[in-house]
Amino acid sequence: MLYIQILIVAFALFAIARVVKQYKEGRLTRPLLAFWSCFWLGAAIVALLPDTSTIAARIVGVGRGADLVIYVSLIGVFYLVFRMYVKVEDLERQITRLVRKLALEDFDKNQSPKP
Amino acid sequence: MKVIAVIPAYNEASVIGEVLDRVRGHVDEIIVVNDGSSDRTGEIASGRGVVVVHHVINRGLGASLGTGFAAAHRRGADVVITLDADGQHDPAEIPKFVEAINGGADFVVGSRMLTALRGMPLHRKLATFAGNAATYALFGAWVTDSQSGYRALSRHAIEKIDIRTNRMEVSSELIAESKRNRLSYREVPIAAIYTEYSLSKGQSFFVGLKTLAKLVLRRLGG
Repeated sequence: MLYIQILIVAFALFAIARVVKQYKEGRLTRPLLAFWSCFWLGAAIVALLPDTSTIAARIVGVGRGADLVIYVSLIGVFYLVFRMYVKVEDLERQITRLVRKLALEDFDKNQSPKP
Repeated sequence: MKVIAVIPAYNEASVIGEVLDRVRGHVDEIIVVNDGSSDRTGEIASGRGVVVVHHVINRGLGASLGTGFAAAHRRGADVVITLDADGQHDPAEIPKFVEAINGGADFVVGSRMLTALRGMPLHRKLATFAGNAATYALFGAWVTDSQSGYRALSRHAIEKIDIRTNRMEVSSELIAESKRNRLSYREVPIAAIYTEYSLSKGQSFFVGLKTLAKLVLRRLGG
C-alpha cells in the first residue's frame, strides 16, 4: 500500500469519527451525518481501490479516475465558495440592520423631546 | 420645505469640520453618519452642533446612507441631499438639486460628466465609465455618472428606496432602485473638485471589481 493511500484512509477515518462526534453533540442533523459519512467513506474507498473511480470515470466519459475525482472536487469547492459568499453577504446585511437599529435607537433617545 | 444634508463619514476628522461649516448655510439641517470612525470624526461633528448618528462599527457607504435616510425621515425631511465628507462637492450647488426636486424630480444625481471634464484624472474617467456600463448592463439604467455621491432625494424617494448593499455598490443600487420604483430621475451638472485628499481616498481597481461582484449578486436578487 502506498503512503498516500494510508494517509487518505487515516484522514477519512478521523473525519468520520469527528462527524459522528458532532452528530452526537447535536451539532449536525441526520441528513448531514449521512452526507459527510458517505463522502469520507467514498474518499477512503477511492483511495484504497483506485479502480472504482476509473469505472465511474468511464461511465461518465472521463479518461482517468483521478481526473474525475479532481473535476468533481473542483465543482464541489466552487459551489461551496459560492454558498459561502452568499452566506457572508447575508450576514453582512444582518449586521448592518443591527448596527442601524442601535444607531437609530440612540438617535431617538437624543432627539426626544423633538425641538 | 425642510432640506436635510446627509453626510456619511468614515475617518474624515481632518476635513469634516470645514465641510460642515461650508454646507451649513445651504440646508436646514445636517445629519452626519459617523460610520464607526476610529478618529475624532464623531466628536468634531458633534462639536459643530449638527445631528450625528453613530454606527458602532464600520459598515460602509451604503449602510451609512440607509441609516442617514432613516434619520432624515424621522426629522421630517422633504428633501435629502447626500454629499461626501471629503470636500469634493461644492455645497453652493445644493440649490440646483433642491430646484430639481421642486420641479417634480424624486431622485437627482449630480453628474461630473455633464460639465467640462477638466480636473478629472484619466483613470477616474475610465472608472466612471466602467461604473456606468456596469449599471446599465445590470439594471438597464443609463446615467452619465453612476458613481456620484452628490445626490438629492425627495421624501417619496426615501420611502420607496430599499438599500440592501453595504458599501460602494450603493451608488448603482440607488439608481437601480429609482428605476424599479419608477421615480422621476434627473441629473444636474456639478463641478468635480479633486483635491489631493479626496483623490487619496479614491477606490482602487480591486475595490471596483468587488463592487461589481456585489452588484451582480444584487441583480440576481440577493
